[in-house]
Amino acid sequence: MGKLGRIGLGQRAGNDAASGLSRRGFLMAAVGAGVMFGFPAARAAQQFPAAGLPGDGAFEPTIWCAIAPDGTITVNIIRAEMGQHIGTALARIIADEMNADWAHVKINYVDTDPKWGLMVTGGSWSVWMTWDVFRQAGAAARVALTDAGAALLGVPASQCTTRDGMVIAGTKSIGYGDIVARAHPARSFTPDELARLPLKPAADRHLIGNHDLKALDIPAKTNGTAIYGIDARVEGMVYARPRMPPTRYGSRVRSVDDAAARAVKGYQRYLVIEDPSQIVQGWVLAIADTYTAAIRAADLLKVDWTPGETVNVSEKDVIDHGRAQIDRKDGGVMVFDDKGVDSTFAAAASTFSQDYTCASVLHYQLEPTNALAFEKDGIFEIHAGNQWQSLILPSLAKALQRPEKSIVLRSYLLGGGFGRRLNGDYMVPAALAAKALGKPVKLVLTRSDDMQFDSFRSPSIQRIRVAFDANKAITAMEYHAAAGWPTEVMAAAFMEKGVDGKPYDQFAIAGGDHWYEVGPLRVRALSNDLANRTFRPGWLRSVSPGWTSWGLESSWDEIAHLQGRDPVQFRLDHLTGAGRNKGEAPNSTGGALRQAAVIRRVAEKAGWGRALPKDTALGIASTFGQERGMPTWVACAAQVHVDRATGIVRCRKLTLVVDAGTIVDPDGARAQTEGAALWGLSMALFEGSEIVGGLPRDRNLDTYTPLRIADVPEMDIEFIASTEKPTGLGEPGTTPIAPAIGNAIFNAVGVRLRHLPIRPADVLRALKEKGSSTV
Amino acid sequence: MTSFRLNGHDVSVDVPEDTPLLWVIRDEIGLTGTKFGCGIGMCGACTVHVGGRATRSCITPVSAVQGADITTIEGLDPAGNHPVQEAWRDLQVPQCGYCQSGQIMQVASLLKDYPQPTDQDIDAVMGGSLCRCMTYIRIRDAIRKAAATAAGGETSNG
Repeated sequence: MGKLGRIGLGQRAGNDAASGLSRRGFLMAAVGAGVMFGFPAARAAQQFPAAGLPGDGAFEPTIWCAIAPDGTITVNIIRAEMGQHIGTALARIIADEMNADWAHVKINYVDTDPKWGLMVTGGSWSVWMTWDVFRQAGAAARVALTDAGAALLGVPASQCTTRDGMVIAGTKSIGYGDIVARAHPARSFTPDELARLPLKPAADRHLIGNHDLKALDIPAKTNGTAIYGIDARVEGMVYARPRMPPTRYGSRVRSVDDAAARAVKGYQRYLVIEDPSQIVQGWVLAIADTYTAAIRAADLLKVDWTPGETVNVSEKDVIDHGRAQIDRKDGGVMVFDDKGVDSTFAAAASTFSQDYTCASVLHYQLEPTNALAFEKDGIFEIHAGNQWQSLILPSLAKALQRPEKSIVLRSYLLGGGFGRRLNGDYMVPAALAAKALGKPVKLVLTRSDDMQFDSFRSPSIQRIRVAFDANKAITAMEYHAAAGWPTEVMAAAFMEKGVDGKPYDQFAIAGGDHWYEVGPLRVRALSNDLANRTFRPGWLRSVSPGWTSWGLESSWDEIAHLQGRDPVQFRLDHLTGAGRNKGEAPNSTGGALRQAAVIRRVAEKAGWGRALPKDTALGIASTFGQERGMPTWVACAAQVHVDRATGIVRCRKLTLVVDAGTIVDPDGARAQTEGAALWGLSMALFEGSEIVGGLPRDRNLDTYTPLRIADVPEMDIEFIASTEKPTGLGEPGTTPIAPAIGNAIFNAVGVRLRHLPIRPADVLRALKEKGSSTV
Repeated sequence: MTSFRLNGHDVSVDVPEDTPLLWVIRDEIGLTGTKFGCGIGMCGACTVHVGGRATRSCITPVSAVQGADITTIEGLDPAGNHPVQEAWRDLQVPQCGYCQSGQIMQVASLLKDYPQPTDQDIDAVMGGSLCRCMTYIRIRDAIRKAAATAAGGETSNG
C-alpha cells in the first residue's frame, strides 16, 4: 500500500469538532450578457444535479452525510469528479450501509477544508480508500436513526430493522426524515465506537453492485448545464493567457515589448510573474478584457528570455541518460533486493537481458488547464478543477506568501483529469496575477500552452535480466527502471522507502515489483535527473504500471517463446502464490493465485490457441493494476492483424478479465475499464510525443493523434464475482494492453517490438530486419 | 455589430468581426455548454449548429454567422430530451462529459443526414469528435439507439 493510501485510510469517519457542512456560499453563476439576452442563467449555474444542501435541522451523525427533515440524504464527496462518477459510487456505499432510499440521496462535492483530511483523487484509490470509512459512517447513521426511530415507535431498538429509508417494527414504520424532524437526533460517534459498529453482510446489500442505478452526474453532462472550471466566472474579472517561456524551468525574462499587443482591442497590459514557489518560471501573462484579446495579445508580445539550461535536451538524451544510470551498478533505490541475486546470476547456465523503452505521453485532457483566482473578504479563492488539493495548497501559500488557512479551493467538474490535475501548478500563475492586479483573474491556457506546460509521462527505460539453470528454470531476476520521478519533484514527502532505506517514487516503479515466482528478485528504481530537470514529470493514467508492464509482460512472452513454452501456461506456472506472493487480507487476499485466475479466464474467453487468419494472432498480458498494496488483477487477450505491406497494426478485439474485489458500481466499473483499456491501446499504437529542444514536440491534434472512434476494437470485459474488499478501476484496464498488443504482433508476424508507441515504420523496419517483409 | 439568432433568440454583439463564434457564445452571451478543446477545429468540443449544420465554433469567425440561425446544446431541445440526449442518458455515455455537448450536437446533425447510419457513416462523421475518456463504444451504441428511436416516429429538434 502506498503511503498516500495509508494516510487516506487514516481519515477519520468521526465527527470532527467543527462539524457542519462546507456550505457552498459561492456557486458561480453564468452572469453577464446572457441575462440581457433572455437566456436562463439559472440553468447554467447548476453545478451538480440538485446538490440539495440540507437546511436547518439536518442530522449529521458524521461529517460524511446529513439527513434532512424532508428525508434528503446529502453525501459529502471529497474526491474530484472527472468522469468516474465517483460521487455515485461512494454514495452507494454509505447509503447501502444505512439502508437508505436511493431516490433521496444527493451528492455534494466539497471545497477544501482541513476537516476533510487528505484531498486527492488518483491512484485508482477513491473507492478502496473510502470503503471502510463510508461503511462505518453509514452504520453510524443507521444505528442512530434506529435508536431514535424505535423510541418514536415505542418499541425497543432490538426489535427494529431498517429498509428503504425507514425504521420498521412489525407493522409499524417511520421514515428517516420524520425521525430527524420529530426526534432531532444529535448523536455522534468516537472513532472507537465507529470501528465497533456492526456492518451489513455482503448478501444484504441493495445498492452496492446494483445494476439498475444511474450515475447522478450524467444528466447535467447531456444538456450543457454541467459546470467545469473553465466555466467559472465572477464580476469584474480580467482574462489572462501566458506567453510560454522556452524551457519549463530556469527561463528568465530579460525584456518585454508590447507595442504590437497594444493594438489589440481589449488588451490591458502584460505581467511578468515572479513566483516565490518557483513552480512557474519565466512566465509573462497578457491581461485583457476578453479571452480572445488575451490570446491575440499574448501572441504579439515580444519577449526576450534567457532560456533555462535544458533548452537543447532531447528525448534521446533522456533515455540515454536513463540507460547509463541502469548500466551503473550503484545508484537508485532497491524496492526488492533478495539475498542471492548476484550469486545466482553468477552460477546461471544462461541468462536473458533486454531493454524496453517508452516515449513521452501527453495528457491532452480535453479541458485545457485554467483557474479563476481572487481575494474576497480576506480569503483567497481559487476556482478550478483539481485532483490533489492537499498538495497544491501549501505551494499556493508559498507563492502568495499568505497562510494556507486563508486560501480555499472551490471544486468544479474536471474536463478530464488523467493525472494532469494532480499537479495544480496552473493555479499558481492565476493566483499571483490576481494578487498583483488586485482583481479577479481568469487564466486559461490555449491548447498549445497547455501541451507545452504539460506535466507529461516521462520517457522511460527498463532492463529485465533473468537467470536460468541447466533445465531452463528461472532462478533469479533483476528489474531496473529509470524515468522522471513525479513524486520526487512534486511530493517528495510521500515517497516510499526502499529495502535500503532510501526514498523512491513508487509511482515510477510500481508494476516491476511483480507477483511471479522467480527466485531471488531485485527491483531497482532510478530517478532520471535529466528528466526531472527538463520537465515536470507527471502522473498519467495508470502511472508506472502503464509502462513497466510493457517491459515485464513483453519479457515473459519473449522467454516463453525462447523456451518453446506456451505464454499462458508459462505465466501460470510462475503464479504460485508462495512467500510474499501469497497476499495479505484484506487488500490482496489470495495473492498471485487471483492473477492466475484472471489469466486462465481470459484465455478461455478469447479462445487462446484457436486458429486465426494469416497475420492475425492473439497476444496475452496480465498485471496487478496499480500497486502491490491494492492489486486489481487484470488479464488481457488482444487480437491484432498486421499488414506486412504498410506495417499498420489493427487491434480487432480486446478481451479483458478483471478482479477488483467487490464491484460497487457495475456500469461505472465497466465504463472505467472501457476507457482505461482504450487509453492503453492509444498509448500502444496511436499516441506518444518526443522531447525536442527541452519541450514536448506536439502542441495540438495536428500532430498528436490519440485514438478515435474508428480505431476502437470490439471489447469483451468481464469482472470476477467477488465479495473481497474493492480495489481500484480507473487505471488498471490500461496496464496490460500494450504488452498484449506487442505479444500479439510477435505471434502474428514474428517480430518483437520493444519501444512504445508502436508505429507502422517500426513494424516495417522489424519485418525487414527479420527478412520477411515480402509475403 | 453582428446579429444572428441563437436558440431562437435574436442577439447582437459588438465584438471584433474575427472573434471566434465559440467565445461569443461562451463569454459574451454566457452559454457555457459549448466547450473549448483544441481551438483548431480538430476535437469537436465546440460543435454547434449553424443553419442546421454541425459547425466548429472555435474556427468560425462571428462575422460569418451574420443573420444565421444558431443552435447550441442548450437549445437542442427545450427540455433537454432530444432523442440523442435521451440515448446518451440511457446508455450512460458521458464520463467527464466535457466533449459530450459537441458529440451530441454532431450526432443530432449526423442523424439528419443519415437517419440509419452504418458503422462507416459513424466512423466518417464522428472521427472529428475526440473523446479523451474514450467513451466511443457507448457513443456508437447510443447513436444506434437514437436512430432507432427516431425511426420509431419520435420528433427531433435542432
